[in-house]
Amino acid sequence: MKKFINDPNDVVAEALAGLAAAHPELRVDHTEQYVARADAPRSGKVALVSGGGSGHEPLHGGFVGPGMLDAACPGEVFTSPVPDQILAATKAVDGGAGVVHVVKNYTGDVMNFRMAAELAADEGITVETVLVDDDVAVEDSTWTAGRRGTGATLLVEKIAGALAEEGGKLGEVAAIGREVNAASASFAYALTAVTTPAAGRPGFDLPDDEIEAGVGIHGEPGRRREKLRPAGELVRSALDAILEAKPVESGDRVIVLVNGLGGTPLIELYLVYGEVATVLAARGIEISRRLVGNYVTSLDMAGLSITVTRVTGEMVRLFDAPVRTPGLRWGA
Amino acid sequence: MDVALATAWLRAVAESVDADADELTKLDSAIGDGDHGVNLRRGFTAVAALLDGTAFTSVGDVFVRAGGTLISKVGGASGPLYGSAFRAVGKALPPGPAVTPADLVTALRAGLDAVSALGGAVPGDKTIVDAYRPAVMAFGEAVAGGAALPEAAAGAARAAGDGARATVSLTARKGRASYLGERSAGHQDPGATSTWLIFQALADVTAP
Repeated sequence: MKKFINDPNDVVAEALAGLAAAHPELRVDHTEQYVARADAPRSGKVALVSGGGSGHEPLHGGFVGPGMLDAACPGEVFTSPVPDQILAATKAVDGGAGVVHVVKNYTGDVMNFRMAAELAADEGITVETVLVDDDVAVEDSTWTAGRRGTGATLLVEKIAGALAEEGGKLGEVAAIGREVNAASASFAYALTAVTTPAAGRPGFDLPDDEIEAGVGIHGEPGRRREKLRPAGELVRSALDAILEAKPVESGDRVIVLVNGLGGTPLIELYLVYGEVATVLAARGIEISRRLVGNYVTSLDMAGLSITVTRVTGEMVRLFDAPVRTPGLRWGA
Repeated sequence: MDVALATAWLRAVAESVDADADELTKLDSAIGDGDHGVNLRRGFTAVAALLDGTAFTSVGDVFVRAGGTLISKVGGASGPLYGSAFRAVGKALPPGPAVTPADLVTALRAGLDAVSALGGAVPGDKTIVDAYRPAVMAFGEAVAGGAALPEAAAGAARAAGDGARATVSLTARKGRASYLGERSAGHQDPGATSTWLIFQALADVTAP
């Protein structure tokens, strides 16, 4: 393992210290381990709190700021935060208008956020939970833990965060978050396995000419192993799975996210975006907005995910609204 | 079981998790995300520190506080699941410095119910339940048949081990391994394996 770290046990705490040093506009509570807007709580504003295992940066701490999240709770690497942490963040940013928890659909995240929401309710804070489960690589989702939350998390946090910023009520903010999730589908490929600092070695062995299709963002193996194929073919397979799960008709408008998993150069992400644009154009689908870059990552994994979200005019308007966070910043 | 035996059990779990952390992580890497050993080690190290710094007068309190510590320190799914299990065990025990094997039967069942309610897993889903349930059943049958604690604990550990080994052939339907579908078959479930460690630790500390 070669990483820019000191001690594997200190990676999360030391990265938080660095985030705090780089972004004085954020308030990092090192004891409770959460990142919050420095101006939180904002009275009368619905607060958004998210969180999850570390290793997906800039998700979630990098999306804290005006127009997006009020707080984020980073857990250990690939491990959900604990209820105490989520409760502390929820209390710190509650402005009296309620709090929306944006939770990626993983067994641990769901349990810990549920416990925190119950504890918050005991203290008089109303919490609405928006569950993100956009990864269509998970089949038989009725009989399993369900689809995973991946790239769509970014869009849920951006669009719901914008509505909260402009004064949306708790129910409205949660509702649009759920609508964005329901309209989203993602699919990911990995070219390499991920190495967590604690494990010190790759999570699985992958021969030079093979890839994992339908991979998650925690180094867990994918749905199946395939031979490497040209990017255009991989994109068409991914879009087939995405558009089968969440049909998009000719004339519909979408937001597309081509997301690097941490170890993929931008030149490849743009190449892939070009392939996505070609396929969608041929189907008569209009790409209203797009993001190409590393947003929901998996440490050093070489790979990418494609997310397609069928959008309304209101979602596009909220997507365009000003945002000022370390990981996403425009119009403000 | 008295307070001393309860704390000895949890210390033995901490030692066993520490010793087997790499093995748990290896199992978890195959079908999960490879952090089960690290997370449980962090949690039970905190439990051992709690035991060092606290004088308990009630067996139930030992488990309630240990469970709370696991919930606060472990994260992931295993933190809430094991934490809730130990809390439920502790709450189901009558107050006082000692409890009977029959009390433990009731309490271990309450722990199993807590895990099942929180995780929604049923037998055969390739989870903690696949080791926990047979262990509780074996423990209950042994106690009902008049067995003393050491014998009942040894039977529970054997049943947990059989249950954990039997997860190899199962396809995961809950937890992170479920994303792999049929690819999860052929690997022993890390959660069932750590449950086995917990019951084995009970058998070890009660062994005459």
